Amino acid sequence: MSLTHLTIAESLKKLGSGEITSAELTEAHLKAMEGARALNAFIVETPELAMDQAKAVDAKWSKAGGKGERKPLEGLPLAIKDLFCTKGVQTTAGSKILEGFIPHYESTVTANLWRDGAVMLGKVNLDEFAMGSSNMTSAFGPVESPWKRRGDNRPLVPGGSSGGSAAAVAARIAPGATGTDTGGSIRQPAAFCGIVGVKPTYGRCSRWGVVAFASSLDQAGAFARTVEDTAIMLGSMAGYDPQDSTSVDVPVPDYRAATGRSVKGLRIGIPKEYRVDGMPGEIDALWRQGEQWFRDAGAEIVEISLPHTQYALATYYIVAPAECSSNLARYDGVRYGLRVPGKDLTEQYEATRAEGFGAEVKRRILIGTYVLSAGYFDAYYIKAQKVRALIARDFSDAFKSCDLILTPTAPSAAFALGEKSDDPIAMYLNDVFTVPASLAGLPGISVPAGLDAGGLPLGLQLIGRPFDEETVFAGAAALEKAAAFSAVPQIIAA
Amino acid sequence: MSLDAAAVARIARLARIRVTDDEKTHLASELSQVMDWIDQLQSVDTDGVEPLTSVVGARLKTRADVVILNVTRDDVLANAPEGMAGFFTVPKVVE
Amino acid sequence: MSGIIEGTTGKWEMVIGLEVHAQVTANSKLFSGAPTDFGGEPNTQVSLVDAAMPGMLPVLNGYCVEQAIKTGLGLGAQINKLSVFERKNYFYPDLPQGYQISQYAHPIVGKGEIEIDLPDGSVKAIGVTRLHLEQDAGKSLHDQNPSKTFVDLNRSGQALMEIVSEPDMRSADEAAAYVRKLRTILRYLGTCDGNMDEGSMRCDVNLSMRRAGTEKFGTRCEIKNVNSIRYVQAAIEFEARRQVEVLEEGGTIAQETRLWDPRRNETRSMRSKEEAFDYRYFPDPDLLPLELDDAQIARVKTTLPELPDTKKKRFIGEYGLPVYDAGVLVAEQSRAEFYEKVLAGKRDPKVAANWLITELLGGLNKGGQDIDDSPISAEALGGLIDLLADNTINGRTAKDVFAEMFATGKSAAAIVEEKGLRQVTDTGAIDAVIDAVIAQNQDKLAEYRAGKDKLFGFFVGQVMKESGGKANPALVNQALKVKLAG
Ligand SMILES: [Mg+2]
Ligand SMILES: [Zn+2]
Repeated sequence: MSLTHLTIAESLKKLGSGEITSAELTEAHLKAMEGARALNAFIVETPELAMDQAKAVDAKWSKAGGKGERKPLEGLPLAIKDLFCTKGVQTTAGSKILEGFIPHYESTVTANLWRDGAVMLGKVNLDEFAMGSSNMTSAFGPVESPWKRRGDNRPLVPGGSSGGSAAAVAARIAPGATGTDTGGSIRQPAAFCGIVGVKPTYGRCSRWGVVAFASSLDQAGAFARTVEDTAIMLGSMAGYDPQDSTSVDVPVPDYRAATGRSVKGLRIGIPKEYRVDGMPGEIDALWRQGEQWFRDAGAEIVEISLPHTQYALATYYIVAPAECSSNLARYDGVRYGLRVPGKDLTEQYEATRAEGFGAEVKRRILIGTYVLSAGYFDAYYIKAQKVRALIARDFSDAFKSCDLILTPTAPSAAFALGEKSDDPIAMYLNDVFTVPASLAGLPGISVPAGLDAGGLPLGLQLIGRPFDEETVFAGAAALEKAAAFSAVPQIIAA
Repeated sequence: MSLDAAAVARIARLARIRVTDDEKTHLASELSQVMDWIDQLQSVDTDGVEPLTSVVGARLKTRADVVILNVTRDDVLANAPEGMAGFFTVPKVVE
Repeated sequence: MSGIIEGTTGKWEMVIGLEVHAQVTANSKLFSGAPTDFGGEPNTQVSLVDAAMPGMLPVLNGYCVEQAIKTGLGLGAQINKLSVFERKNYFYPDLPQGYQISQYAHPIVGKGEIEIDLPDGSVKAIGVTRLHLEQDAGKSLHDQNPSKTFVDLNRSGQALMEIVSEPDMRSADEAAAYVRKLRTILRYLGTCDGNMDEGSMRCDVNLSMRRAGTEKFGTRCEIKNVNSIRYVQAAIEFEARRQVEVLEEGGTIAQETRLWDPRRNETRSMRSKEEAFDYRYFPDPDLLPLELDDAQIARVKTTLPELPDTKKKRFIGEYGLPVYDAGVLVAEQSRAEFYEKVLAGKRDPKVAANWLITELLGGLNKGGQDIDDSPISAEALGGLIDLLADNTINGRTAKDVFAEMFATGKSAAAIVEEKGLRQVTDTGAIDAVIDAVIAQNQDKLAEYRAGKDKLFGFFVGQVMKESGGKANPALVNQALKVKLAG
């Protein structure tokens, strides 16, 4: 079997036993990366860096006689979403305004990965500043999903914003990738690409060195092809960081061990309000199938109510743009990034930001500026934060009677590139099932659970209590086992 | 339409984003559409509800007053599109 | 100068409020670890956070919080156990984040009060509306290049306390007294060095005019960049006259931000601020609300020094000092400390105050210096006072010795020994001098005896002169009276 088909757990085992070297594993993925350039998954490939890191790991290991303690991810190649600042490697956030920006610092999350021995394959594509659900807003071109609808050759979106991450992992270019999730940006692309994507509790991973979109929502997470693999990755990524005031100082448990826990006796909540109008029958059917799998595994299904769910998207589209309008003010052409000259300072600012930002980013900055502006602040921003409080309260009430919440991840399978791009609201609706947990800061995971009629993957989402990623992983592993999802993208099968 | 071209011009100015006249008209209808959709929030009863400040239940931590500076001026200026004599530079501002 | 302006149509009264930005004394910045030293090479004290690099996050300096609490307690103000950092959004090249982290709706310190001393000896209470913590901006230099503005971010992110007063002041003198008193308190507390030359304390003046005797406030202007006490007074005087002129011509005052131009001695409208500002304040999502508990506030309270008002009362009560003297001594904490060191629990408080205020501070003041620059230590000044008290030297010699001490830094005892300045108390020696003086001035003696009493002073002077100023004046008086009488 090709090395690129190994899971992270398998790779680490083979690296540890000396069956394979990191150089071999890394080289195989670099080759896959070259072969799949048509997907446009990477903004920057770092093959030399990857091989240097891999060879260093191998040299150290052989010097130690192939014995001793290995770091948790030693020798494992990974793809990094280009929202994480990487020291000495261009970091763009998918935006023209940051093209050529080379940070003098390493984000805490990626530093944690390197500390644990991981190897960087490159920086993966994303929606500009992580704003999007299709990866079509990237200034470096859209990413194509490795999947194709049966009998239809149109390129499909990988989802977004972490579209490059999901596509790379699904296409076996990387065994795992980092992502960030603000309203669904890990879970939705994981579902579209038939892989696993986990977003931990807000505050679990440091945001330091991650280019900010919406500070109160942004959270790093992991993509891989199995639940166990995402647990391994998250174990390295997570942890308290005194440089992030919203990072929470609680110990990181053994997530990997949690994937082996039984779900017997767990109460799985089914929110009745998530049965939205016009939900495709096959999504609904898959959801009911999910309930059955849990019942079969000895869990109990309980109906719960999240009455303010229907307002989550509108709330999100006030809070996130408001924060983004302020977070993106620093891109002014003064200290880094693009500068478009103007006859005076104001013209320079306006020209720089008009040319540097893409349409969706500008749209959100303008919405955010509007909802914070004098006379509208109370009606929009304060109102939204009140509704957000109600949404968070809905969840804490619901978790009195259940341990996990099961929902579909997205209301549809992947759509074609260019579809929905002229209708912002239709695009926003993609995140209808993922946004509520983001607003409440809760951990969520998407597990590939089936295929739609066109042979495209569909995901189911589990949402857990704050800082209870362990139960989320236990439930996800049970779901994974029952679903036995084995479909691979055509690009692989071919 | 909740936003007209003038309103778009005002917020674009606040956000320091140049918009052409065509864009203003287009954005006015597009943003109005989004804002009209968002307006559904007004129907939620939030009487007596405190706006959420953070989903993090923890208290704000503070750091000790210790000098830690691990970048040089060269690092700070390295990505600047323009600079002179150790300064960042911009077109002259008239006060 | 009075706060009443005589217009052609009647009297106008000034209504003044001040916003003072005081840089918090701390090693590092409010949200980053970069140093706060003044005068570094441009952009050498800039962290990644201060330069607003992508993905950088603020972490609050706990000491700056304590400094704000301490200042609040020093102003007798309410400490708010919950305060919120918000973002004030606007674009400017020296504001790298595109927003200033400040406190808006929920400041850390609420209402307090500052007592100012007025020239007529009375005391007036000026209300403090609030104190909040915020980040400073960097510096824009507009005069370095014909077509460019230069940006230095060394100051970017330094902690400031913005202290806002009520519109309680009615004259430029009151405003000046307020700034002086606030600076004194901050220095006592050690929360701001009060150095206006280095920009550690900067003032914005809010001024409006109203007809004398009326209640309603007029429309105010905010005058920015008023960075010395002298400028505060000058800016107020100029702006008050400008507003009166406008009002008397039937015009209205536009609520606007004006800039003080110290070169031209005038205020002018700031073109760049004409555009209506909309700062879009909202709670900073990178930070949580700041919560304080009683124990923390109580702990800071134990670090409060004796403040100037309390000290002044004590100096008056305990040492019997006149109000004026006490006021001068407590104006700087170091003066008061120096004074009490001179006293050392044993010397005469009034004598010590006189020497310190008239001679030492007077001398220092001539060279634009204060007590910290004194060439004479408290112990040395005490030594001089002792020599005077035990009659080793007389008052006249003491002044000469002081001058020598001031010039050379030597001790009084050394100077007296070196120059043989000990007072002559030997009555035999004094009698001899008197006899010689009388012998040389027989004509004056006759006049004196004929009733010209005023000549007594002449004889005292002659005797002192002959003794090289060292004769004990009391003994001279005594002996002269007898000898002149014959
Ligand atoms: Mg102000
Ligand atoms: Zn201020």
